Amino acid sequence: MSVPSANNQHSRARAPKLIFETGSPGRSGFSWPAEAGKIEEQIPVALLRNDIANFPELGELEVLRHFTRLSQRNFAIESQFYPLGSCTMKYNPKINEVIARLPGFAEAHPLAPPELLQGALALLHALELMLAEISGMEHVSLQPSAGAQGELTGLMLIRACLAERGDPRKKVIVPDTAHGTNPASSALCGYNVVQISSNDRGVVDAATVERAMDDSVAAVMITNPNTLGLFETNIEAIAEIVHAKGGMIYLDGANLNALMGVAKPGHMGVDVLHMNLHKTFSTPHGGGGPGAGPVAVTHALSEFLPVPRVIKRGDRFELQQDCPKSVGRVRSFFGNFGILVRAYSYITALGGDGLEDASRMALLNANYIRKKLARNYQLAYNEPCMHECIFTDRLQHRSGVSTLDIAKRLLDYGHHPPTIYFPLVVSGALMIEPTETETPETLDDFIEAMLAIAAEAKEAPELVKEAPYSTPVRRLDEARAARKPVLRWEPPSRADKSED
Amino acid sequence: MRYTPHTSADREQMLRAIGIDSIEALYQHVPATLQQRSKINLPEGISEFSVRQRLTRLASRNATPPEWSLFLGGGIYHHFIPSAVDAIISRAEFATSYTPYQPEVSQGTLQALFEYQTLICQLTGMEVSNAAVYDGASAAAEAVLMSRRMQPPKRRRVLISRALHPQYRAVVATYLRNLPGVELEEIPFAATGATEATEIARRVDDQSLCVVLGYPNFFGVIEDLGPAQAACSKAGAHLISVTTEALSLAVLKPPGEFGVDIAVGEGQSLGVPMSLGGPAFGFFACQKKFVRSMPGRLVGETVDVDGRRGFVLTLATREQHIRREKATSNICTSQTLCTLAATVFMSLLGKSGLRSLAEVNALRAHDASAQLQNTTKLDAVFSGPFFNEFVLRTADVERLFARCAEHKIVPGIPLKDYYLELADSFLMCVTELNQREEIERLVGTVG
Repeated sequence: MSVPSANNQHSRARAPKLIFETGSPGRSGFSWPAEAGKIEEQIPVALLRNDIANFPELGELEVLRHFTRLSQRNFAIESQFYPLGSCTMKYNPKINEVIARLPGFAEAHPLAPPELLQGALALLHALELMLAEISGMEHVSLQPSAGAQGELTGLMLIRACLAERGDPRKKVIVPDTAHGTNPASSALCGYNVVQISSNDRGVVDAATVERAMDDSVAAVMITNPNTLGLFETNIEAIAEIVHAKGGMIYLDGANLNALMGVAKPGHMGVDVLHMNLHKTFSTPHGGGGPGAGPVAVTHALSEFLPVPRVIKRGDRFELQQDCPKSVGRVRSFFGNFGILVRAYSYITALGGDGLEDASRMALLNANYIRKKLARNYQLAYNEPCMHECIFTDRLQHRSGVSTLDIAKRLLDYGHHPPTIYFPLVVSGALMIEPTETETPETLDDFIEAMLAIAAEAKEAPELVKEAPYSTPVRRLDEARAARKPVLRWEPPSRADKSED
Repeated sequence: MRYTPHTSADREQMLRAIGIDSIEALYQHVPATLQQRSKINLPEGISEFSVRQRLTRLASRNATPPEWSLFLGGGIYHHFIPSAVDAIISRAEFATSYTPYQPEVSQGTLQALFEYQTLICQLTGMEVSNAAVYDGASAAAEAVLMSRRMQPPKRRRVLISRALHPQYRAVVATYLRNLPGVELEEIPFAATGATEATEIARRVDDQSLCVVLGYPNFFGVIEDLGPAQAACSKAGAHLISVTTEALSLAVLKPPGEFGVDIAVGEGQSLGVPMSLGGPAFGFFACQKKFVRSMPGRLVGETVDVDGRRGFVLTLATREQHIRREKATSNICTSQTLCTLAATVFMSLLGKSGLRSLAEVNALRAHDASAQLQNTTKLDAVFSGPFFNEFVLRTADVERLFARCAEHKIVPGIPLKDYYLELADSFLMCVTELNQREEIERLVGTVG
């Protein structure tokens, strides 16, 4: 294997121009027959605009070539191993893309009368039931657009329920291993965040929760398995303590891919959880969305779920708007329906046993990597992991090589790096989630690259510290980007002026 | 099993390497009581062929064009999408990549987002745009929250137009419910269908956070943002414009030219299928001086160690993964692939194509409106200028809709569920995809 280094740079294709720097006035990749009449005769001229200055003017092939070239500057699941911890970068089946594009789904209008949307409503209803069965919860809302909106919705449900009991509370407890969205969503929901520490084995002790828990705490937000890849073994005891003091358990289901056929959140004493369909249920990440973040709840919380609810009456599906205790709407229409269709297609294809197999193979792959790298990289916690394993850069740090360097060097070996510097409680964390869809050969390739980098870190640390060498661009000056933000293209003359 | 490639030999060898003899040993620390009840009771998996068959059947139970003539807008619009758009967003390099946290191998997504931000600035006439939020409604809510962050605490009243999309008003109300002391006050609409200008001027004062107006509003009416901007600026309140039909901005005076502070909206019209209302994206633009209070992701230009131009996520100190509970928003995963669709769409149509498509919409809608009023069975409810949507009144909405349904036509959205006083009215939308024959058929059915 020839791995690029400073003296052995791969030739890089010339950087593509911006779309605004190409094309020619008068060009367009589109035509449509003109309509009789003039717009100025229908809309007052004072409300009309001139041409959009500097808007693109290109032919169809030019546009396609531009974006095709851009695409070639991305790593992606279908071209690279992508073991980003907590992101569950599993294969996104092609059939799901075909299904979501069926005209009956893609061209359905959300405000058509329900009797003309029976297929879509049936799918939504069935998916709610599937997700309830998988999570062990009783009711589901598919409306939230992504995990963070699911969190916000879930916390609003808790807030509404406690308010109705006449016991509005002020605080949410979040462990130090939590995703950043947990405290951010709590704050957005008007709660003060209390952080608690996990123990030296990486899990939350019931006693820690007991000490922090009082009648001002609305909920404990917990991720299980947590972001260290460890199952929160005290979850049932924690739920008991929290419930006894009138609080609720919010489960961040970002890591549900570890649990199918292993344990159901609904049996752990969980009151609300959200699921990330773009993680566990294989919908593509799209470079940062769209995703979907359904929330699942116990019966006690169901009357607070967002409206409208899809209900089945006989063999017809209807929309129920009249839910006086509902928290309301969290977004327009029915959520990210196209994503929900893909998840439904995935669950249907795999079935219950296929989902269980997915989780088991995810655990197998993660533990295989954990075992194979444990001699050359320091494990954050030396215990079997669930779907992801976490290392630190402690061993490499001796020669001045950091987690960031290891991540960047992996790019030269053709692998996407793990999630880095998260969770925050592990210094220099490398969080590896291979997912179940990878072959052992791919894992071996990755392991080999990681071992080679460990050796390089000892023998030629400078090589690692200046990586990558083979990527379309090398390390970028992020400080400069933040100090003097350039957030849009400007025509040259104006850009020059703003430099002054 | 489907999608898991492990052979039984693979499993054996991997278990041996780990030093255990069964996969169950990997989760022996999960309490047995939980394990025992963990079975997922769903039907067994089925073949790809069967999945396709079953879901095609389900999809066919929805009424869609061209079999049905839908004159439906109300925040989601049926527009033509050139084939090139889906060809690009279907590329696995875009579709199956993650949020661009590793910029060296994400330049494709990052540059496309930088181009997207620029296009939105050009379309809205604003100075900065983020890399989008979930949808138009949550964009409106995030805009109000942003105003809250920037305004002094004594300002606590949000003035929101009653002619703003009802679902958007509902989402704003949901988000505000968690903020103690912020009040939501509705401003009525006038006979023109626009928000009552004198009411805006009368109510906006030193207690107001912001004024939120639809542009065009839910009735399709093009609000004159000028007087509202003057009133807001005098009172020190922010003006937020909310556009549900983004295509209209190709011909309408952009919000930035009126001097609005924050311009948001739904971007679905720009190359994203209707898909029952999602996924599309919410665009979010504002004045440059507000940039550090913005929610969501921002892509910025920089250089690499060799001096080459490149792009990175920037100003991340606003965001949840750095600031946690002090972040400007909790948003993480957003709608990137849909913004890519819009970027390709706007690039393809370009300056002349986008404008001519918008003109076709406006002209065809005005023509249809005139033809329907000529039947004398329908009247225009509002007198204000409109883009491609308008409100019509009829003696009996239900009967009209039933008659149309027999001809597989849905003439619009009945307004009785949203506005009691408009129980005899419906909102009709005409786009370039509503063929002349369809409009004639509708006129024939009504007349």
